[in-house]
Amino acid sequence: MKANQWMGKRSVEVHDVADPQILDDRDAIVKVTCTAICGSDLHLYNGLVPTMRSGDVLGHEFMGEVMEVGRGVKNLKTGERVVVPFPIACGACAMCGKGLFSLCENSNPNAWMAEKLWGYSPAGLFGYSHMLGGFPGGQAEYVRVPFADVGPLKVPAEIPDEKVLFLSDILPTGYMGAEMCNIQPGDVVAVWGAGPVGQFAIKSAYLLGAERVIAIDRFAYRLRLAREASGAETLHYEQIDVNEALREATGGRGPDACIDAVGMEAHVPGPLYAYDRTKQALGLETDRPFALRQAIHACRNGGTVSVIGVYGGFIDKFPMGAVVNRSLTIRTGQCHVQRYMKPLLERIERGEIDPSFVITHRLPLRDAPAGFDMFLNKQDDCLKVVLRP
Amino acid sequence: MAMRVPSSLQFSPEARSGLRTRRMARRLGWLSVALGAMELLAPVALARAVGTRGRRSARVVARALGVRELASGIGILTTPRPAGWLTSRVAGDVMDLGLLVMALASPSARRGRLLAAAAAVVGVAVLDARCAARLGAPGGPGVRTVRARRSITVNRPAEELYRFWRDSSKLPSFMAKIESVRVIGPGRSHWIATGPLGLPFEWEADVVEERENQLIAWRSIAGSEIDTVGSVWFRPAPGGRGTEVTVELEYTPPGRELTAQLAKLVGQAPEQQLRQDLQRFKQLMETGRIIVAHDEGERSGHEPRRHGGAVLVAGGGR
Repeated sequence: MKANQWMGKRSVEVHDVADPQILDDRDAIVKVTCTAICGSDLHLYNGLVPTMRSGDVLGHEFMGEVMEVGRGVKNLKTGERVVVPFPIACGACAMCGKGLFSLCENSNPNAWMAEKLWGYSPAGLFGYSHMLGGFPGGQAEYVRVPFADVGPLKVPAEIPDEKVLFLSDILPTGYMGAEMCNIQPGDVVAVWGAGPVGQFAIKSAYLLGAERVIAIDRFAYRLRLAREASGAETLHYEQIDVNEALREATGGRGPDACIDAVGMEAHVPGPLYAYDRTKQALGLETDRPFALRQAIHACRNGGTVSVIGVYGGFIDKFPMGAVVNRSLTIRTGQCHVQRYMKPLLERIERGEIDPSFVITHRLPLRDAPAGFDMFLNKQDDCLKVVLRP
Repeated sequence: MAMRVPSSLQFSPEARSGLRTRRMARRLGWLSVALGAMELLAPVALARAVGTRGRRSARVVARALGVRELASGIGILTTPRPAGWLTSRVAGDVMDLGLLVMALASPSARRGRLLAAAAAVVGVAVLDARCAARLGAPGGPGVRTVRARRSITVNRPAEELYRFWRDSSKLPSFMAKIESVRVIGPGRSHWIATGPLGLPFEWEADVVEERENQLIAWRSIAGSEIDTVGSVWFRPAPGGRGTEVTVELEYTPPGRELTAQLAKLVGQAPEQQLRQDLQRFKQLMETGRIIVAHDEGERSGHEPRRHGGAVLVAGGGR
């Protein structure tokens, strides 16, 4: 089969690789009909996520048709259409029991690697480094889906792929970002980053009852979409002082909740000390968690900062003083996708949200390398690339 | 922080003091390496820092001391029972003190710095001597005995985990280094493991203590190729969180010193091995299988053993 492989920094190539096989009787093989490039794939593309190996198949946003199921998978049948959540979850451990699926305790065979970096390991993910399991991803013709009786969501035939594909990651991620804000009537929510996840966070904040949502970005086309698709107010952070603008826009209170949908390019672990020393000495990359710092500063007293952007390692100059002295709440996490798929599918069916509004480019799978390049460099007003095998 | 581990599970005071001594020896070894490197690479700066003038002759002396320090350091860090090398450090400390006293007599000496340096040397000498004496004592803690302890919480009742573990023939399903376990008599089993450098070795072990749904403890029989003792505790986790499983292992690897050292170099830390074994145990008990990421490239010792797609039937799970 054809698959998009990570070959090294800034290098992805579509090659023929072996077809996936059922390895366990709770597996399913899914024939991919639609997949996408995620903003977090760009961290891999930039070579900033450790434990990637040349030849790894990328992709964690995908859907398709069930081709084959193991004997233990009773809820799926060959030919059914499913969307697959990006975290792999067993459904039996304590974390799955609490609905914290992205923290599944049994789905990462390389947990020891993640433990070295983070203390404890989260769930295994599709196509997202060996420290998160080394599972081949969905930018391919076929994918092996472990614990297929837990994750995949069946979708009705009448809804087109592009309306449900993003249930795999970015729609639930944006929604969880808004949900963590515990939005109350009258709340003003500020969202840093108007990429696809930011767009869904904005939309979700309105769905959850926000009075106003203010989007912050530096790309005019993304801000325009936030205004047109969701009715957000927008701030271009290269043109105005964001903190001052937010303060004045909220009668001097500050936004009730701030969502960081930007994140930071992950660090390379290993000689971290030397890295940090060099960074300090040379004054390099001090702005990397800029959105997070600004979100903390901007948030009203007692407000919530919701972090859904991806962070990989360590950040400098974290404004803990503001967090403590102003009683801020920080909430975060990789999305527990399984928890949100069904309710969000219902919202899609009721017409409350049509997630396909973020798609700007549709390419065949073989053009994945061009898609990565275009998405990274924001060419042609690129916001979201969907690939079809 | 209160450890909620039964006292019988904790390392004996002797074992703990042995671990401390070995840790201290390693620290002293690294100190030697660091000091030696400084003396070799920056003799003048170092001489000035301790309060001498750092003239040409001082530079030669410092470099010679550097070679001595490096030799001691490498010796301590690479030999299994480095008592001798630690004694060499004590001798070195005495030499350093002598040199510092001589430097004090010089008119250009900076007395404050020299005295501070001498005080530091005396302090380190005391540590060196104590460490050397402990390591040199008969029955003292050599580096060959390996100890590891690790806990994991499994979301299943203790009875179920105990029952699974008690059938020792099932243990190889999650223990990466154990090839097979055969029950050969009441409480006695025959074990085959992959040893250092992939060589197989075997031993027989007896269950020495058993408390239903709580504890299984075992020990290799006298005269075995490998000397091993271990225990597994099952305790209900608070608030219905399943069962806390704690394994403690202690063994002397087979083979001569050299093999043991090589094994340490190429093999995994025993703690890490135990951690991964326990993670697989948890997967097996909670989900009925051990998860594999893909079908190829599982050559590295880090990745789980393959089960060829066969479902491992555990006591519980789905």
